[in-house]
Amino acid sequence: MGQGPGQAGPADTRERCRPVKPPVFEYMAPRTVEETVRVLGAAETAGGAVPLAGGQSLMPLLNRRRVRPSLLVDLNRVADLDTLIVGERTVRIGALTRLRTLEAHGPLRTALPVLHDTVRLVAHPQVRSRATLGGSLCHADPAAELPTLALALGARLRLASAGGARTETADEFFAAGGTSRLPGELLTEVEFPVPEGFRFHFEEIPRHAHGGFPLVGVCVGVRRDAAGTVTHARIAAAGAADHPLRLTEAERALTGRQLGAPDGVARDVLDAATAQASPPSDLHGSGAFRTALLRTALRRAVTTLNGQETA
Amino acid sequence: MSVAAVRTVTLTVNGTERTARTEVRTLLSDFLRNALGLTGTHVGCEEGICGSCTVLLEGVPVRACLMLAVQAEGARVETVEGLAQNGELTGLQSAMRDEHGLQCGFCTPGILMSLTAAEREGLSEEETTGQVLAGHRCRCTGYAGIRAAVARRRKESEATP
Repeated sequence: MGQGPGQAGPADTRERCRPVKPPVFEYMAPRTVEETVRVLGAAETAGGAVPLAGGQSLMPLLNRRRVRPSLLVDLNRVADLDTLIVGERTVRIGALTRLRTLEAHGPLRTALPVLHDTVRLVAHPQVRSRATLGGSLCHADPAAELPTLALALGARLRLASAGGARTETADEFFAAGGTSRLPGELLTEVEFPVPEGFRFHFEEIPRHAHGGFPLVGVCVGVRRDAAGTVTHARIAAAGAADHPLRLTEAERALTGRQLGAPDGVARDVLDAATAQASPPSDLHGSGAFRTALLRTALRRAVTTLNGQETA
Repeated sequence: MSVAAVRTVTLTVNGTERTARTEVRTLLSDFLRNALGLTGTHVGCEEGICGSCTVLLEGVPVRACLMLAVQAEGARVETVEGLAQNGELTGLQSAMRDEHGLQCGFCTPGILMSLTAAEREGLSEEETTGQVLAGHRCRCTGYAGIRAAVARRRKESEATP
């Protein structure tokens, strides 16, 4: 958008017409994890190194100059971060693995169908072609699908730094706004346990038919005994708070119940979910509206699971 | 840190190798337009929403505004200029014209690139008009013409494969 001399309007117009281009930064594209963490660590002490994964969240922020790194560390040439191992008990996915790859991976779909289905809900193909699992988790948008999925599935996140490596649970990683990733740390791998005997479903209420963050999303997993009684429940929600939210109270309320209780989902399960939620208000809807949508999404998710046989 | 903020980028665009010097912060969309003179790739929102700048990177549709030009070093890029050969429109381009799949045409280059990739990948019509078109904002057509173009192209390619 050009703003030549003589075109200057009122201050608010100038603000809106500001060029949408990244600020000046230095750029590096390391080839290995070791080199990456060394660069991140060294630059962190000086301040302002930012890792660039798929760029589908970071590039808009750079274009708007909401982020002004001194050094951009491009991860896209680090082959060791682009991995996918489907084991019997766990699925291990390198942080740079693109959503397009996850979507198309047959063995992954068999092992963790909910991951395949949820990835298909994220944005659209032109974004999933670049977007990465690690990028989405580190961006940790409270309304994004994948952090919520990671919470519900009990994912474990591997963080490397120049000083070594550590593992965080998704609960720890998303405990508050943002993530527990420290300056100089790099998310290298995400490990999803293959939840034996569980069935999971991700239900969302989108703003548009496809693409964009949903207004509300909820991921529900249940394990049931032979009589259909829930023995274990995992529930997490997107768009329900200022961070991806595990709904532990609703998990407790659902445990010991039949999914198809008289009117679908017992009211106290929905009450437990909304009691824990504090959804934000914005131009797309009030907090009260989102709370109502959360109940709807949760009811739909449980109804869907109820229609499926116990695993 | 002794890293130059300017680089030489070499990439293959529409089958031709191109090289230019550019700041590392230059977006691929701006590089194509300003450094290489390929202004068919349009720049709309520059935050990945509108889809006007969609190009094919190694055959896969991506937002050119959400990539740096330096990231495309060594890559194969296709833009709307690479579609028509010797002035002859591709089947998709003809279908878009015949079905009035564009009015102002601002969004058209991006849509054509996404639809071209969808056709090559053999995506279903439902997938194409749902997931793929959802990645593009057209403020003129209400999408009716674009959907009709997708349907026409499908019918024609089934008739003469």
